[in-house]
Amino acid sequence: MEKRVTFSSWTIGILFAVPQLLLIFTFFYWPAGQAVYWSLTLQQPWGGGNIWVGLDNFRSILSNADYWNSITASLVFAGISTGLAMFIALVLAALTDRQLAGSRLYRVVLIWPYGIAAPALALAFRFILAPEAGFLSAINRMWPGIWDPGLDGADAMASIIVAFSWKYVGYNFIFFLAAFQAIPRSLIEAAAMDGSGVIRRFWDIQFPLITPTIFFLLVINITESFQDSFGIVDIMTSGGPANATNLMVYKIYSDGFKGLDYSGAAAQSIILMLLIIVLTIFQFRFIERRVHYG
Amino acid sequence: MVERTPFLNLFTHLILFVGFVFCVAPFVVVAIAASHNLRDVNDVPMSLLPGSDFWVNIKTAWVTAGLGPKLLNSFIVAGGVAAGKVIISALTAFSIVYFRFPGRMFIFWLIFVTLMLPLEVRIVPTYAVVANVLSPYQAIFDVIGLSWLIEKVSGVQVSLSLGLLNSYPGLILPLVATATGTFLYRQFFLTVPDELTEAARMDGAGPLRFFIDVLLPLSRNNMAALGTIMFLWAWNQYLWPLLITTDQSHAMAVTELKQLIPNVGGTPEWHIAMAGTLIVMLPPLLVVVLMQRWIVRGLIATEK
Repeated sequence: MEKRVTFSSWTIGILFAVPQLLLIFTFFYWPAGQAVYWSLTLQQPWGGGNIWVGLDNFRSILSNADYWNSITASLVFAGISTGLAMFIALVLAALTDRQLAGSRLYRVVLIWPYGIAAPALALAFRFILAPEAGFLSAINRMWPGIWDPGLDGADAMASIIVAFSWKYVGYNFIFFLAAFQAIPRSLIEAAAMDGSGVIRRFWDIQFPLITPTIFFLLVINITESFQDSFGIVDIMTSGGPANATNLMVYKIYSDGFKGLDYSGAAAQSIILMLLIIVLTIFQFRFIERRVHYG
Repeated sequence: MVERTPFLNLFTHLILFVGFVFCVAPFVVVAIAASHNLRDVNDVPMSLLPGSDFWVNIKTAWVTAGLGPKLLNSFIVAGGVAAGKVIISALTAFSIVYFRFPGRMFIFWLIFVTLMLPLEVRIVPTYAVVANVLSPYQAIFDVIGLSWLIEKVSGVQVSLSLGLLNSYPGLILPLVATATGTFLYRQFFLTVPDELTEAARMDGAGPLRFFIDVLLPLSRNNMAALGTIMFLWAWNQYLWPLLITTDQSHAMAVTELKQLIPNVGGTPEWHIAMAGTLIVMLPPLLVVVLMQRWIVRGLIATEK
């Protein structure tokens, strides 16, 4: 879509774009390029020049069991938390959209978790799920040692999944509810007149019409699970126990800033960038074609 | 709404109520835990009746983590990011939509690509750039031979350096450098009728005049929506402020939560930790509650 009426002055037009271009050049393109350069060289932490090593950094990362462990953990985390957060939000939004008494209250309250910072909710969940205090500790009283995120990797993973999903249920709910409400009421009423029940209407009318939202949220949730998880991991588990929750962004941070392995961290960044770019392209190219648009 | 479905209605109410409880429970638990004393908060299971130490704990958390100045920092950074986004995105969208200069589509794509790679992913090199924001320009000067030329001519060695670690611009600028808001404005500008532009031009208004007197007042709703979302987003940033604020005077509230994680040794001071959590989560929660309409609108419009 283009404007028919425009202004003719080129200079003013370009001047308006300059602040944004300067910002993204300095803080986006340069660092991204730098990451590519570092990933292909061996960088000494605090100066001292770079040695060209080609793809050696990638080779050493990809042959490192810790890195594969981190990828697996990230994928498990992304898969389960995205599934949970989207399924729960979809159910809640569909039911809220039925507009029974009290739905206004739900519409307001179910959005709250979206506003909470990941680290803040992580600290809250760390207490709620703590093995020695809080609420799950009651289970430990009955069966000692059955729940301990500090020692058991699976428990730790479950904790961060719960915390992340809680926030993103609120986020997904906003989009799902908006999508449901964008469906014309007349469509649903017509279907009801033809004798289809609530469930039938959901599967045959509402669900197909919100598929674009579902796929959009799928990609956003997976991408966010790579980045927004950092605060949750840092506060709740610090990547432990035994690297069970050492997700990719957390590993980049700890390798780069604690281990001072800039080259390795840069190579990991590149891999994560590629992963996210592939996901985004996948969304644009394949998924968008197969969904119904209203 | 259309027919009578008593069982389904019962089911709906039940599920929604369970969802409601799960959604509110963490807030309630945090508030109650913040009101207990050290012994009660470590009771298993913790009593759900509020204790009496609420204000004492809030005060302790406030002092221990030094939350006063940090909340102020959070407000400055979140406000700065929101304002920066609202202004810069409007300028860029105006340039992309209302002008026909060569390379316009190239600029559009340059900006579009930034949506794909979040700051967290390119954190290490961005940190290096912020440590000296002029390093990209220095490198470019070196490569094109300008540094050499200047040194030959004036005898001054060119070394540009401006560090932004532990500073507000260092916290704010990298967070502003993405395209989120630009597309919100772009979509909106495209819906502004051409007749308005024609009328303005006929009355002798240039692009600047049109932008300030016609477009900006029309985009007030968009500004509110974008500003709210960016405020929340910036307030909730964690990794970036954690990295670049080694100095306590520029630390943000959210990153200070780490100070409140109870130590392993001794009885954990969960009541203080929860009081601190409550303080840090309150401002964004208030924004969500008060600005709900704008948030829903802004989210739906920015992401699509």
